Amino acid sequence: MPLQHCGGILFMEENELIPHLFRTEYRKIIAVLCKLFGIEHIEIAEDITSDTFLRASELWGIKGIPENPTAWLYTVAKNKTKDYLKHHSLFSQKIAKDIQHNTITADEIEIDLSGKNINDSELAMMFAICDPCINAEAQIGLALSLLCGFGVEEIADAFLTNKEVIYKRLTRAKQKLKTQCIQIAGPGANDINNRLPLVLVTLYLLFNEGYYSASQNSALRRDFCVEAMRLTLLLAENDTTAKPEVHALLALMCFHASRFEARLNQEAEIILYEDQDETLWNRELIDRGRYYLNLASRGTDVSKYHLEAAIAWWHTNKEDTQEKWEGILQLYNKLLQTAYSPIAALNRTYALAKANGKEQAIAEAEKLQLNSNHLYHSLLGNLYTGLDNKRAVQHYQTAIGLTKSRTVKAALTQTMNRLMY
Amino acid sequence: MKEFLLIFRMQVDANAVPPSPEQMQASMKQWQDWLGGLAAQNKLSAAGNRLGMEGSVVKPAGVVTNGPYVEITEVIGGYSIIKADTLEEAAGLAKGCPILAVNGNVEVRQIMTM
Repeated sequence: MPLQHCGGILFMEENELIPHLFRTEYRKIIAVLCKLFGIEHIEIAEDITSDTFLRASELWGIKGIPENPTAWLYTVAKNKTKDYLKHHSLFSQKIAKDIQHNTITADEIEIDLSGKNINDSELAMMFAICDPCINAEAQIGLALSLLCGFGVEEIADAFLTNKEVIYKRLTRAKQKLKTQCIQIAGPGANDINNRLPLVLVTLYLLFNEGYYSASQNSALRRDFCVEAMRLTLLLAENDTTAKPEVHALLALMCFHASRFEARLNQEAEIILYEDQDETLWNRELIDRGRYYLNLASRGTDVSKYHLEAAIAWWHTNKEDTQEKWEGILQLYNKLLQTAYSPIAALNRTYALAKANGKEQAIAEAEKLQLNSNHLYHSLLGNLYTGLDNKRAVQHYQTAIGLTKSRTVKAALTQTMNRLMY
Repeated sequence: MKEFLLIFRMQVDANAVPPSPEQMQASMKQWQDWLGGLAAQNKLSAAGNRLGMEGSVVKPAGVVTNGPYVEITEVIGGYSIIKADTLEEAAGLAKGCPILAVNGNVEVRQIMTM
Protein backbone atom coordinates (compact mmCIF):
# COMPACT_ATOMS: atom_id res chain seq x y z
CA MET A 1 0.00 0.00 0.00
CA PRO A 2 1.59 3.30 -1.01
CA LEU A 3 2.02 5.83 1.75
CA GLN A 4 1.51 8.70 -0.59
CA HIS A 5 -0.68 9.19 -3.57
CA CYS A 6 1.44 9.02 -6.65
CA GLY A 7 1.17 10.27 -10.20
CA GLY A 8 -0.24 8.14 -12.96
CA ILE A 9 -2.42 11.08 -13.87
CA LEU A 10 -1.55 10.87 -17.56
CA PHE A 11 -3.15 7.49 -17.94
CA MET A 12 -6.41 8.39 -16.30
CA GLU A 13 -9.68 8.83 -18.07
CA GLU A 14 -11.31 12.17 -17.67
CA ASN A 15 -14.07 10.78 -15.46
CA GLU A 16 -11.52 9.40 -13.03
CA LEU A 17 -9.21 12.37 -13.18
CA ILE A 18 -11.31 14.97 -11.41
CA PRO A 19 -12.26 12.72 -8.47
CA HIS A 20 -8.61 11.74 -8.19
CA LEU A 21 -7.40 15.33 -8.21
CA PHE A 22 -10.17 16.22 -5.81
CA ARG A 23 -8.79 13.66 -3.38
CA THR A 24 -5.18 14.77 -3.72
CA GLU A 25 -5.40 18.52 -4.39
CA TYR A 26 -8.55 19.73 -2.60
CA ARG A 27 -6.99 19.35 0.84
CA LYS A 28 -3.78 21.10 -0.24
CA ILE A 29 -5.54 24.18 -1.60
CA ILE A 30 -7.86 24.29 1.43
CA ALA A 31 -4.95 24.10 3.86
CA VAL A 32 -3.00 26.89 2.16
CA LEU A 33 -6.05 29.17 1.93
CA CYS A 34 -7.16 28.48 5.50
CA LYS A 35 -3.72 29.32 6.79
CA LEU A 36 -3.73 32.50 4.70
CA PHE A 37 -7.22 33.63 5.74
CA GLY A 38 -7.39 32.36 9.31
CA ILE A 39 -9.97 30.08 10.86
CA GLU A 40 -12.73 32.70 10.81
CA HIS A 41 -12.89 32.58 7.02
CA ILE A 42 -12.79 28.83 6.64
CA GLU A 43 -15.99 28.76 4.53
CA ILE A 44 -14.49 31.20 2.04
CA ALA A 45 -11.52 28.88 1.63
CA GLU A 46 -13.90 25.96 1.09
CA ASP A 47 -16.04 27.93 -1.40
CA ILE A 48 -13.06 29.05 -3.46
CA THR A 49 -11.67 25.52 -3.57
CA SER A 50 -15.02 23.95 -4.48
CA ASP A 51 -15.55 26.59 -7.19
CA THR A 52 -12.16 25.77 -8.62
CA PHE A 53 -13.08 22.13 -9.03
CA LEU A 54 -16.51 23.04 -10.38
CA ARG A 55 -14.88 25.19 -13.03
CA ALA A 56 -12.49 22.36 -13.91
CA SER A 57 -15.33 19.90 -14.43
CA GLU A 58 -17.22 22.40 -16.62
CA LEU A 59 -14.27 23.48 -18.74
CA TRP A 60 -12.29 20.27 -19.11
CA GLY A 61 -15.37 18.53 -20.49
CA ILE A 62 -15.64 21.07 -23.31
CA LYS A 63 -12.06 22.11 -23.96
CA GLY A 64 -10.25 18.95 -22.98
CA ILE A 65 -7.87 18.32 -20.13
CA PRO A 66 -5.08 20.88 -19.76
CA GLU A 67 -1.48 19.78 -20.09
CA ASN A 68 -0.77 20.09 -16.37
CA PRO A 69 -4.11 19.71 -14.56
CA THR A 70 -2.67 20.32 -11.09
CA ALA A 71 -0.96 23.56 -12.11
CA TRP A 72 -4.20 24.61 -13.82
CA LEU A 73 -6.12 24.07 -10.57
CA TYR A 74 -3.56 26.05 -8.58
CA THR A 75 -3.68 28.96 -11.04
CA VAL A 76 -7.46 29.07 -11.01
CA ALA A 77 -7.55 28.84 -7.21
CA LYS A 78 -5.04 31.70 -6.95
CA ASN A 79 -7.01 33.87 -9.38
CA LYS A 80 -10.28 33.15 -7.66
CA THR A 81 -8.72 34.08 -4.34
CA LYS A 82 -7.38 37.36 -5.67
CA ASP A 83 -10.73 38.07 -7.27
CA TYR A 84 -12.48 37.39 -4.03
CA LEU A 85 -10.14 39.59 -2.06
CA LYS A 86 -10.57 42.44 -4.56
CA HIS A 87 -14.33 42.36 -4.57
CA HIS A 88 -15.02 41.84 -0.94
CA SER A 89 -14.44 44.01 2.02
CA LEU A 90 -12.71 41.00 3.57
CA PHE A 91 -9.46 42.12 2.04
CA SER A 92 -9.40 45.66 3.35
CA GLN A 93 -10.97 44.83 6.70
CA LYS A 94 -9.34 41.67 7.69
CA ILE A 95 -6.81 39.91 5.55
CA ALA A 96 -4.66 42.87 4.65
CA LYS A 97 -4.62 44.11 8.21
CA ASP A 98 -3.80 40.73 9.64
CA ILE A 99 -1.19 39.41 7.33
CA GLN A 100 0.39 42.19 5.41
CA HIS A 101 0.03 45.28 7.58
CA ASN A 102 -2.35 47.03 5.18
CA THR A 103 0.32 48.17 2.78
CA ILE A 104 -0.28 46.04 -0.28
CA THR A 105 -3.08 45.36 -2.73
CA ALA A 106 -4.80 42.07 -3.42
CA ASP A 107 -2.70 41.49 -6.52
CA GLU A 108 0.48 41.53 -4.52
CA ILE A 109 -0.63 38.89 -2.05
CA GLU A 110 1.24 35.72 -2.63
CA ILE A 111 -0.74 32.54 -2.60
CA ASP A 112 2.04 30.06 -2.11
CA LEU A 113 1.15 26.58 -3.40
CA SER A 114 4.67 25.23 -3.23
CA GLY A 115 5.20 21.77 -1.77
CA LYS A 116 6.83 23.19 1.33
CA ASN A 117 4.06 25.65 2.07
CA ILE A 118 1.43 22.96 1.44
CA ASN A 119 3.12 20.71 4.01
CA ASP A 120 3.51 23.57 6.50
CA SER A 121 -0.13 24.55 6.03
CA GLU A 122 -1.38 21.00 6.46
CA LEU A 123 0.68 20.66 9.62
CA ALA A 124 -0.71 23.94 10.95
CA MET A 125 -4.26 22.82 10.12
CA MET A 126 -3.69 19.51 11.88
CA PHE A 127 -2.75 21.33 15.08
CA ALA A 128 -5.69 23.75 14.72
CA ILE A 129 -8.29 21.02 14.22
CA CYS A 130 -7.10 18.96 17.17
CA ASP A 131 -8.22 21.58 19.64
CA PRO A 132 -9.76 20.29 22.86
CA CYS A 133 -12.69 22.72 22.42
CA ILE A 134 -14.26 20.22 20.00
CA ASN A 135 -14.83 16.55 20.76
CA ALA A 136 -12.87 13.66 19.29
CA GLU A 137 -15.63 12.61 16.89
CA ALA A 138 -15.82 16.13 15.46
CA GLN A 139 -12.02 16.34 15.22
CA ILE A 140 -11.94 13.14 13.17
CA GLY A 141 -14.77 14.46 11.00
CA LEU A 142 -12.93 17.72 10.36
CA ALA A 143 -9.68 15.90 9.72
CA LEU A 144 -11.38 13.67 7.15
CA SER A 145 -13.05 16.63 5.50
CA LEU A 146 -10.35 19.32 5.56
CA LEU A 147 -7.10 17.36 5.83
CA CYS A 148 -8.00 14.36 3.72
CA GLY A 149 -10.57 15.75 1.26
CA PHE A 150 -13.29 13.18 1.94
CA GLY A 151 -16.85 14.15 1.05
CA VAL A 152 -19.67 14.35 3.60
CA GLU A 153 -21.21 11.24 2.06
CA GLU A 154 -18.05 9.16 2.52
CA ILE A 155 -17.64 10.31 6.11
CA ALA A 156 -21.29 9.45 6.80
CA ASP A 157 -20.72 6.00 5.30
CA ALA A 158 -17.77 5.34 7.60
CA PHE A 159 -19.62 6.48 10.72
CA LEU A 160 -22.72 4.51 9.63
CA THR A 161 -24.89 7.60 9.77
CA ASN A 162 -26.48 10.00 7.28
CA LYS A 163 -25.13 13.06 5.49
CA GLU A 164 -27.20 15.53 7.49
CA VAL A 165 -25.75 14.34 10.79
CA ILE A 166 -22.20 14.70 9.49
CA TYR A 167 -22.91 18.04 7.86
CA LYS A 168 -24.26 19.41 11.12
CA ARG A 169 -21.37 17.98 13.09
CA LEU A 170 -18.82 19.62 10.80
CA THR A 171 -20.61 22.97 10.76
CA ARG A 172 -20.87 23.02 14.52
CA ALA A 173 -17.20 22.11 14.93
CA LYS A 174 -16.08 24.86 12.54
CA GLN A 175 -18.27 27.36 14.36
CA LYS A 176 -16.67 26.33 17.63
CA LEU A 177 -13.14 26.76 16.26
CA LYS A 178 -14.13 30.23 15.03
CA THR A 179 -15.60 31.40 18.31
CA GLN A 180 -12.50 30.17 20.11
CA CYS A 181 -10.34 32.08 17.58
CA ILE A 182 -8.08 29.08 17.05
CA GLN A 183 -4.88 30.11 15.29
CA ILE A 184 -3.73 28.29 12.18
CA ALA A 185 0.00 28.67 12.51
CA GLY A 186 3.06 26.49 12.27
CA PRO A 187 3.29 24.69 15.59
CA GLY A 188 5.79 26.26 17.99
CA ALA A 189 7.74 24.39 20.66
CA ASN A 190 4.94 24.94 23.19
CA ASP A 191 2.24 23.68 20.85
CA ILE A 192 4.26 20.59 20.17
CA ASN A 193 4.46 19.73 23.85
CA ASN A 194 0.82 20.54 24.58
CA ARG A 195 -0.91 19.67 21.36
CA LEU A 196 1.06 16.82 19.84
CA PRO A 197 -0.57 14.22 22.12
CA LEU A 198 -4.02 15.40 20.96
CA VAL A 199 -2.95 15.34 17.31
CA LEU A 200 -1.67 11.79 17.76
CA VAL A 201 -4.90 10.66 19.42
CA THR A 202 -6.87 12.01 16.45
CA LEU A 203 -4.59 10.29 13.93
CA TYR A 204 -4.77 7.06 15.96
CA LEU A 205 -8.58 7.22 16.00
CA LEU A 206 -8.67 8.10 12.31
CA PHE A 207 -6.59 5.01 11.55
CA ASN A 208 -8.81 2.86 13.77
CA GLU A 209 -11.90 4.27 12.11
CA GLY A 210 -10.59 2.75 8.90
CA TYR A 211 -9.19 -0.40 10.45
CA TYR A 212 -12.05 -1.42 12.71
CA SER A 213 -15.01 0.39 11.14
CA ALA A 214 -18.25 -1.56 10.83
CA SER A 215 -18.68 -0.07 7.34
CA GLN A 216 -18.73 -2.65 4.54
CA ASN A 217 -16.96 -0.29 2.16
CA SER A 218 -13.47 -1.79 2.36
CA ALA A 219 -11.92 0.54 -0.24
CA LEU A 220 -13.00 3.56 1.77
CA ARG A 221 -11.76 2.03 5.02
CA ARG A 222 -8.41 1.42 3.44
CA ASP A 223 -8.28 5.03 2.25
CA PHE A 224 -8.86 6.21 5.82
CA CYS A 225 -5.88 4.17 6.99
CA VAL A 226 -3.69 5.45 4.17
CA GLU A 227 -4.65 9.04 5.00
CA ALA A 228 -3.94 8.56 8.72
CA MET A 229 -0.52 7.18 7.76
CA ARG A 230 0.15 10.02 5.35
CA LEU A 231 -0.58 12.61 8.03
CA THR A 232 1.53 10.76 10.61
CA LEU A 233 4.34 10.59 8.07
CA LEU A 234 4.03 14.35 7.63
CA LEU A 235 4.73 14.71 11.37
CA ALA A 236 7.54 12.14 11.21
CA GLU A 237 9.28 13.95 8.36
CA ASN A 238 9.10 17.38 9.94
CA ASP A 239 12.07 18.12 12.19
CA THR A 240 10.06 19.92 14.85
CA THR A 241 7.41 17.22 15.22
CA ALA A 242 9.47 14.07 14.63
CA LYS A 243 9.21 12.89 18.25
CA PRO A 244 9.68 9.27 19.38
CA GLU A 245 5.94 8.80 19.97
CA VAL A 246 5.25 9.94 16.40
CA HIS A 247 7.58 7.25 15.08
CA ALA A 248 6.01 4.73 17.46
CA LEU A 249 2.52 5.54 16.17
CA LEU A 250 3.71 5.26 12.57
CA ALA A 251 5.33 1.89 13.36
CA LEU A 252 2.06 0.70 14.91
CA MET A 253 0.13 1.77 11.81
CA CYS A 254 2.62 0.03 9.48
CA PHE A 255 2.38 -3.26 11.41
CA HIS A 256 -1.42 -3.17 11.45
CA ALA A 257 -1.67 -2.11 7.82
CA SER A 258 0.63 -4.98 6.82
CA ARG A 259 -2.27 -7.34 7.58
CA PHE A 260 -4.86 -5.36 5.65
CA GLU A 261 -5.07 -7.80 2.72
CA ALA A 262 -5.11 -10.85 4.96
CA ARG A 263 -7.72 -9.74 7.47
CA LEU A 264 -10.76 -9.21 5.24
CA ASN A 265 -12.34 -11.73 2.90
CA GLN A 266 -14.18 -11.01 -0.37
CA GLU A 267 -17.28 -9.99 1.57
CA ALA A 268 -15.25 -7.54 3.69
CA GLU A 269 -15.71 -9.81 6.70
CA ILE A 270 -13.00 -10.06 9.33
CA ILE A 271 -10.70 -13.07 9.18
CA LEU A 272 -9.31 -13.78 12.63
CA TYR A 273 -5.56 -13.51 13.19
CA GLU A 274 -5.12 -17.29 13.67
CA ASP A 275 -6.89 -18.02 10.39
CA GLN A 276 -5.03 -15.44 8.29
CA ASP A 277 -2.88 -16.45 5.34
CA GLU A 278 0.43 -14.94 6.39
CA THR A 279 1.77 -14.95 2.83
CA LEU A 280 -0.68 -12.10 2.29
CA TRP A 281 1.00 -10.00 4.99
CA ASN A 282 2.85 -7.08 3.46
CA ARG A 283 6.55 -7.61 4.24
CA GLU A 284 7.53 -4.16 3.03
CA LEU A 285 5.21 -2.51 5.55
CA ILE A 286 6.49 -4.78 8.31
CA ASP A 287 10.04 -3.67 7.48
CA ARG A 288 8.99 -0.02 7.51
CA GLY A 289 7.30 -0.59 10.83
CA ARG A 290 10.55 -1.96 12.24
CA TYR A 291 12.44 0.99 10.87
CA TYR A 292 10.11 3.46 12.61
CA LEU A 293 10.06 1.40 15.81
CA ASN A 294 13.86 1.69 15.87
CA LEU A 295 13.63 5.46 15.44
CA ALA A 296 11.03 5.52 18.23
CA SER A 297 13.47 3.86 20.60
CA ARG A 298 15.62 6.99 20.82
CA GLY A 299 15.17 8.70 24.14
CA THR A 300 13.70 7.28 27.32
CA ASP A 301 9.97 7.95 26.90
CA VAL A 302 7.71 4.95 26.54
CA SER A 303 4.29 6.03 25.29
CA LYS A 304 1.26 3.84 24.82
CA TYR A 305 2.09 3.91 21.11
CA HIS A 306 5.48 2.36 21.85
CA LEU A 307 3.82 -0.45 23.81
CA GLU A 308 1.13 -1.03 21.20
CA ALA A 309 3.68 -0.96 18.38
CA ALA A 310 5.82 -3.51 20.21
CA ILE A 311 2.77 -5.76 20.69
CA ALA A 312 1.93 -5.39 17.00
CA TRP A 313 5.55 -6.25 16.17
CA TRP A 314 5.29 -9.55 18.10
CA HIS A 315 2.18 -10.31 16.08
CA THR A 316 4.16 -10.07 12.85
CA ASN A 317 5.70 -13.43 13.86
CA LYS A 318 2.87 -15.88 13.54
CA GLU A 319 4.65 -18.75 15.26
CA ASP A 320 3.41 -19.42 18.81
CA THR A 321 6.32 -19.42 21.25
CA GLN A 322 6.54 -19.00 25.00
CA GLU A 323 8.87 -16.06 24.46
CA LYS A 324 6.39 -14.31 22.18
CA TRP A 325 3.42 -14.62 24.54
CA GLU A 326 5.49 -13.75 27.60
CA GLY A 327 6.67 -10.64 25.70
CA ILE A 328 3.12 -9.70 24.74
CA LEU A 329 1.83 -10.31 28.29
CA GLN A 330 4.44 -7.99 29.83
CA LEU A 331 3.68 -5.29 27.24
CA TYR A 332 -0.04 -5.50 28.05
CA ASN A 333 0.79 -5.35 31.78
CA LYS A 334 2.62 -2.09 31.12
CA LEU A 335 0.00 -0.76 28.71
CA LEU A 336 -2.76 -1.27 31.27
CA GLN A 337 -0.70 0.47 33.93
CA THR A 338 -0.37 3.42 31.53
CA ALA A 339 -4.05 3.55 30.59
CA TYR A 340 -6.95 1.18 31.22
CA SER A 341 -9.19 0.06 28.40
CA PRO A 342 -11.55 -2.94 28.34
CA ILE A 343 -10.08 -4.18 25.06
CA ALA A 344 -6.53 -4.12 26.48
CA ALA A 345 -7.79 -5.95 29.59
CA LEU A 346 -9.30 -8.70 27.41
CA ASN A 347 -6.23 -8.99 25.19
CA ARG A 348 -3.99 -9.14 28.24
CA THR A 349 -6.04 -12.03 29.62
CA TYR A 350 -5.70 -13.89 26.30
CA ALA A 351 -1.92 -13.40 26.45
CA LEU A 352 -1.97 -14.55 30.09
CA ALA A 353 -3.63 -17.81 28.99
CA LYS A 354 -0.96 -18.33 26.34
CA ALA A 355 1.93 -17.49 28.70
CA ASN A 356 0.76 -18.77 32.11
CA GLY A 357 -1.96 -21.28 31.25
CA LYS A 358 -5.74 -21.25 30.91
CA GLU A 359 -6.61 -21.93 34.57
CA GLN A 360 -4.93 -18.77 35.79
CA ALA A 361 -6.38 -16.80 32.89
CA ILE A 362 -9.94 -17.95 33.69
CA ALA A 363 -9.56 -16.85 37.31
CA GLU A 364 -8.28 -13.46 36.17
CA ALA A 365 -10.90 -13.15 33.42
CA GLU A 366 -13.72 -13.66 35.90
CA LYS A 367 -12.51 -10.66 37.91
CA LEU A 368 -12.83 -8.35 34.90
CA GLN A 369 -16.62 -8.02 35.22
CA LEU A 370 -17.19 -6.96 31.63
CA ASN A 371 -20.44 -8.91 31.54
CA SER A 372 -22.18 -6.80 28.92
CA ASN A 373 -19.26 -7.03 26.46
CA HIS A 374 -19.61 -9.73 23.80
CA LEU A 375 -15.81 -9.97 23.45
CA TYR A 376 -15.58 -10.84 27.16
CA HIS A 377 -17.88 -13.82 26.69
CA SER A 378 -16.09 -14.86 23.48
CA LEU A 379 -12.84 -14.85 25.45
CA LEU A 380 -14.34 -16.96 28.26
CA GLY A 381 -15.78 -19.30 25.63
CA ASN A 382 -12.31 -19.68 24.18
CA LEU A 383 -10.67 -20.20 27.60
CA TYR A 384 -13.18 -22.82 28.75
CA THR A 385 -12.88 -24.76 25.50
CA GLY A 386 -11.26 -28.11 26.28
CA LEU A 387 -11.58 -27.59 30.05
CA ASP A 388 -15.34 -27.30 30.39
CA ASN A 389 -17.08 -27.29 27.01
CA LYS A 390 -20.53 -26.84 28.51
CA ARG A 391 -19.52 -23.55 30.08
CA ALA A 392 -17.73 -22.58 26.89
CA VAL A 393 -20.98 -23.03 24.94
CA GLN A 394 -22.89 -20.95 27.51
CA HIS A 395 -20.43 -18.10 27.11
CA TYR A 396 -20.56 -18.30 23.32
CA GLN A 397 -24.36 -18.18 23.49
CA THR A 398 -24.23 -15.07 25.68
CA ALA A 399 -21.73 -13.46 23.27
CA ILE A 400 -24.00 -14.22 20.29
CA GLY A 401 -26.91 -12.61 22.13
CA LEU A 402 -24.88 -9.48 22.92
CA THR A 403 -23.32 -8.66 19.55
CA LYS A 404 -25.22 -6.67 16.97
CA SER A 405 -22.93 -7.61 14.10
CA ARG A 406 -24.28 -10.35 11.86
CA THR A 407 -20.81 -11.46 10.74
CA VAL A 408 -19.62 -11.78 14.35
CA LYS A 409 -22.75 -13.76 15.23
CA ALA A 410 -22.11 -16.11 12.32
CA ALA A 411 -18.46 -16.64 13.25
CA LEU A 412 -19.28 -17.31 16.92
CA THR A 413 -22.07 -19.72 16.02
CA GLN A 414 -19.66 -21.67 13.84
CA THR A 415 -17.10 -21.89 16.65
CA MET A 416 -19.77 -22.90 19.16
CA ASN A 417 -21.22 -25.57 16.90
CA ARG A 418 -17.83 -27.23 16.65
CA LEU A 419 -17.96 -27.73 20.43
CA MET A 420 -21.46 -29.15 20.42
CA TYR A 421 -21.16 -31.85 17.79
CA MET B 1 -14.55 4.92 44.52
CA LYS B 2 -11.91 5.33 47.22
CA GLU B 3 -8.17 5.08 46.94
CA PHE B 4 -6.00 2.91 49.14
CA LEU B 5 -2.26 2.92 49.68
CA LEU B 6 -0.68 -0.51 49.73
CA ILE B 7 2.54 -0.58 51.74
CA PHE B 8 4.69 -3.61 51.07
CA ARG B 9 6.77 -4.70 54.05
CA MET B 10 9.36 -7.41 54.17
CA GLN B 11 11.84 -9.00 56.53
CA VAL B 12 15.42 -7.90 56.22
CA ASP B 13 18.05 -10.52 56.55
CA ALA B 14 21.52 -9.08 56.14
CA ASN B 15 22.99 -12.60 55.85
CA ALA B 16 20.70 -13.76 53.03
CA VAL B 17 22.23 -14.80 49.70
CA PRO B 18 21.42 -12.14 47.11
CA PRO B 19 18.97 -13.35 44.45
CA SER B 20 20.30 -14.64 41.12
CA PRO B 21 19.40 -12.78 37.91
CA GLU B 22 16.94 -15.59 37.12
CA GLN B 23 15.27 -15.19 40.50
CA MET B 24 15.09 -11.44 40.02
CA GLN B 25 13.55 -11.96 36.56
CA ALA B 26 10.98 -14.37 37.99
CA SER B 27 10.16 -11.97 40.80
CA MET B 28 9.75 -9.09 38.34
CA LYS B 29 7.32 -11.18 36.30
CA GLN B 30 5.25 -12.00 39.40
CA TRP B 31 5.00 -8.33 40.31
CA GLN B 32 4.19 -7.25 36.76
CA ASP B 33 1.57 -9.98 36.34
CA TRP B 34 -0.03 -8.97 39.63
CA LEU B 35 -0.02 -5.23 38.83
CA GLY B 36 -1.22 -5.99 35.28
CA GLY B 37 -4.07 -8.00 36.75
CA LEU B 38 -5.13 -5.12 39.01
CA ALA B 39 -4.87 -2.70 36.09
CA ALA B 40 -6.96 -5.06 33.91
CA GLN B 41 -9.72 -4.78 36.53
CA ASN B 42 -9.30 -0.99 36.38
CA LYS B 43 -8.40 -1.05 40.08
CA LEU B 44 -4.89 0.35 39.86
CA SER B 45 -4.41 4.10 40.39
CA ALA B 46 -0.62 4.10 40.38
CA ALA B 47 1.81 1.23 40.11
CA GLY B 48 3.96 3.12 42.62
CA ASN B 49 7.61 2.35 43.18
CA ARG B 50 10.08 0.13 44.88
CA LEU B 51 12.23 1.69 47.59
CA GLY B 52 15.99 1.40 47.93
CA MET B 53 17.43 -0.50 50.88
CA GLU B 54 19.54 2.43 52.03
CA GLY B 55 17.82 5.05 54.15
CA SER B 56 18.02 7.49 56.99
CA VAL B 57 15.69 8.26 59.84
CA VAL B 58 15.59 11.85 61.01
CA LYS B 59 14.64 12.35 64.65
CA PRO B 60 14.11 15.38 66.88
CA ALA B 61 17.11 17.38 68.04
CA GLY B 62 18.98 16.84 64.78
CA VAL B 63 19.53 13.14 65.30
CA VAL B 64 19.91 11.18 62.06
CA THR B 65 20.33 7.44 62.11
CA ASN B 66 21.48 5.35 59.20
CA GLY B 67 19.01 2.85 57.89
CA PRO B 68 15.46 2.49 59.09
CA TYR B 69 16.17 -0.94 60.53
CA VAL B 70 18.04 -0.15 63.66
CA GLU B 71 14.99 -0.85 65.75
CA ILE B 72 12.81 -2.82 63.37
CA THR B 73 13.31 -6.02 61.41
CA GLU B 74 10.74 -5.18 58.74
CA VAL B 75 11.30 -2.52 56.10
CA ILE B 76 9.04 -0.95 53.53
CA GLY B 77 10.01 -2.34 50.14
CA GLY B 78 7.61 -0.30 48.04
CA TYR B 79 4.08 1.00 47.57
CA SER B 80 1.19 1.10 45.12
CA ILE B 81 -2.14 2.92 45.04
CA ILE B 82 -5.33 1.02 44.20
CA LYS B 83 -9.02 1.84 43.77
CA ALA B 84 -11.74 0.07 45.75
CA ASP B 85 -15.15 0.78 47.25
CA THR B 86 -14.37 -0.57 50.71
CA LEU B 87 -11.42 -1.47 52.88
CA GLU B 88 -12.51 -5.13 52.62
CA GLU B 89 -12.36 -5.01 48.84
CA ALA B 90 -8.95 -3.33 48.94
CA ALA B 91 -7.65 -5.97 51.34
CA GLY B 92 -9.02 -8.67 49.02
CA LEU B 93 -7.10 -7.16 46.09
CA ALA B 94 -3.91 -7.14 48.16
CA LYS B 95 -4.18 -10.92 48.73
CA GLY B 96 -2.47 -11.72 45.43
CA CYS B 97 0.60 -9.59 46.20
CA PRO B 98 3.90 -11.41 45.54
CA ILE B 99 5.41 -9.99 48.75
CA LEU B 100 3.28 -12.51 50.67
CA ALA B 101 5.12 -15.40 49.01
CA VAL B 102 8.40 -14.24 50.58
CA ASN B 103 6.88 -13.89 54.03
CA GLY B 104 6.27 -10.17 53.75
CA ASN B 105 2.99 -8.35 54.38
CA VAL B 106 0.84 -5.62 52.91
CA GLU B 107 -0.57 -2.77 54.95
CA VAL B 108 -3.74 -1.36 53.39
CA ARG B 109 -4.66 2.22 54.29
CA GLN B 110 -7.35 4.44 52.86
CA ILE B 111 -6.07 7.68 51.39
CA MET B 112 -8.01 10.57 52.88
CA THR B 113 -8.64 13.58 50.68
CA MET B 114 -9.07 17.06 52.09
